[in-house]
Amino acid sequence: MSDDGVNHTRRRLIGLTAGMGAVGGAFVAWPFLASWVPSARAKAAGAPVEINISKLEPGQMLSVEWRGQPAWILNRTPEMLDKLPGMVDLIVDPDSLESIQPDYAKNKTRSIKEQYLVLIGICTHLGCVPLTKLKPGLAEGMEADWRGGFFCPCHGSKFDLAGRVYKNVPAPTNLVVPPYHFATDTLIVVGVDPSMSIHGAEGAKNMNKKMKENLSGSKG
Amino acid sequence: MQKLLEQSLDWVDARYPVKKVWDEHLAKYYAPKNFNFLYYFGSLALVILVIQIVSGIFLTMHYKPDANMAFASVEYIMRDVEWGWLIRYMHSTGASFFFIVVYMHMYRGLIYGSYRGPRELLWIVGMVIFVTLMAEAFMGYLLPWGNMSYWGAQVIISLFGAIPFIGDWLAEFIRGDFVIADATLNRFFALHVAALPLVLVGLVFAHLVALHKVGSNNPDGIEIKQNKGPDGIPVDGIPFHPYYTVKDIMATVFFLILFAAVMFFVPELGGWFLEHDNFMPANVLQTPPEIVPLWYFTPYYSILRATTTDMIYVLYGVTVAMAILTVISVKDIRAKGATVVVAAVVLVALNILQPKLWGVILMGSSLMVFFGLPWLDRSPVKSIRYRGWMFKTALTIFIVSFFVLGFLGTQPATGLNTRIAMVGTVLYFLFFLLMPWYTTFDKTKPLPERVTE
Ligand code: HEM
Ligand code: FES
Repeated sequence: MSDDGVNHTRRRLIGLTAGMGAVGGAFVAWPFLASWVPSARAKAAGAPVEINISKLEPGQMLSVEWRGQPAWILNRTPEMLDKLPGMVDLIVDPDSLESIQPDYAKNKTRSIKEQYLVLIGICTHLGCVPLTKLKPGLAEGMEADWRGGFFCPCHGSKFDLAGRVYKNVPAPTNLVVPPYHFATDTLIVVGVDPSMSIHGAEGAKNMNKKMKENLSGSKG
Repeated sequence: MQKLLEQSLDWVDARYPVKKVWDEHLAKYYAPKNFNFLYYFGSLALVILVIQIVSGIFLTMHYKPDANMAFASVEYIMRDVEWGWLIRYMHSTGASFFFIVVYMHMYRGLIYGSYRGPRELLWIVGMVIFVTLMAEAFMGYLLPWGNMSYWGAQVIISLFGAIPFIGDWLAEFIRGDFVIADATLNRFFALHVAALPLVLVGLVFAHLVALHKVGSNNPDGIEIKQNKGPDGIPVDGIPFHPYYTVKDIMATVFFLILFAAVMFFVPELGGWFLEHDNFMPANVLQTPPEIVPLWYFTPYYSILRATTTDMIYVLYGVTVAMAILTVISVKDIRAKGATVVVAAVVLVALNILQPKLWGVILMGSSLMVFFGLPWLDRSPVKSIRYRGWMFKTALTIFIVSFFVLGFLGTQPATGLNTRIAMVGTVLYFLFFLLMPWYTTFDKTKPLPERVTE
């Protein structure tokens, strides 16, 4: 292209106008895009839930709704707990290093009290609710070498009795442990860390952050 | 009377190019004279687009996009609204028929090489239509708020969560909540009834503009415009109107008979067109025993599920083999270098990214590879009629894999099924990846001067 007869001032002004237009366009687009993020109402929903576990016998499980998701509480029998250490070879992340749980549940049993397992019942693959298959072996339609745990029907992910994911299934990380604490020996509060129940306002702020982390599911 | 009509037409024509458009696109638009059965599906796609839009508008008059009311409002349409069941079945049957028609339409393009130059853009616009159509169907499926709607959407939106760094944020952005909720339903409704249909209509218009610029291909895959008579009209061309309008009307009649038969007698088609688990309202605490998308998504869904840790090893193998093959085949030293670099990047990525993310990448790629067809195909001929055994074998394997994957997508992901799906996935991709080679070496037949009957 030759420069003959090109009015450079006009070119520059055209460029400038187009540039301003683009900036204006971006400003107009912003409110529309921003309207898609969770609204104030959606963020406010999701109060903690209290679960009375006095009637939860060993080997039984409860499912409650917390923030639109199933929260599970499993009262593990001693036999169930005994199996956990032996699972290590079958498990991707036995020490829960890559998985999401509060620090106080980052241990061998993934729980505050050994016996009680609290989990978000949402598969870390693509978010289905895994089926509860607590009994080992063929009893619940699993294979003969099944040791009890959870089975996600969607794409076949398997988890053990601490919510830890098996090797060679699509789910990448262990089931999420939500923030929770024991208000009394028989009352579990899901959605509030133990520290928050003590530290009041400071803890509540912390809680919001924690909850969001836990809710957004598995990390990358 | 006749006179009055003519005068009115002239009056309009002086202000709006009626006759010009009529002539350019119908009466003097010359299409190859050897179109066959497979060429009906383009106009049938137009017919069904209209069916979907009309039945959709009427459903919107009774449906409520609210998580507390949606399921009940659909039952209300089915039971209490006069003829509501018919309108709903028309729309649900229409969705499945849309995909049948579009798949046939694409298959036609595949076997006659309609994606080859000069129709690359026509093909690309078609693929964009296809992807938009999938989004439209996916969003529509959430609206009845049945349990399968809910969990299907949960699984697919969670796919975005697999993207590193921004994934979780993105999934939340799409849902408008921490889980699938009222906000999600409301926005999917807006997209399904307003935004995407507008986009689709616009794209279809662009598709037809592109088609009429380059002209139709035909079952022989030769360009009729290269052989014009003294009057400048292709010797193998016939005016679209009345020759093809009449045929298309006939095809439409047969199509509508079939459509009505399904709609009236077997609208659910044994769970293939409307899934049984969707007759239960969404339950946040319970996933249906099997998450199965509607049949038209199952091949891609199978690819997603097949990608477990084992599949990563297979992908290593495929990457290395493809890299070696490419390095041997290309002459340019820079191209060789680039291949090695790309392969190395893929191998590293295979190591560090999770299988879950690879599932998403493979599923996305299984659609994206179609965009590359115009450039992957190196054959001197377009139509399958003049191709050799290599292309025919490759195509057969591809079609079989497509159906096998589609079937497996409806079945539980057990050990053996996953293995077969892995094989199917590899074969699916090899059809595209190896295309530059087998279309180069394939022995083709000489092309005829004129189209054959
Ligand atoms: C809403 C969906 C669609 C509509 C309404 C539509 C409509 C049409 C019509 C009316 C024609 C001319 C008649 C014919 O050749 O059959 C056509 C041609 C064509 N379409 Fe589509 N189409 C749609 C989707 C697609 C898709 C998904 C693709 C593939 C990616 C595609 C690729 C093509 C090609 C390559 C041609 C030229 C075929 C040839 O000349 O051999 N279209 N389309
Ligand atoms: S969602 Fe559980 S395995 Fe995919």
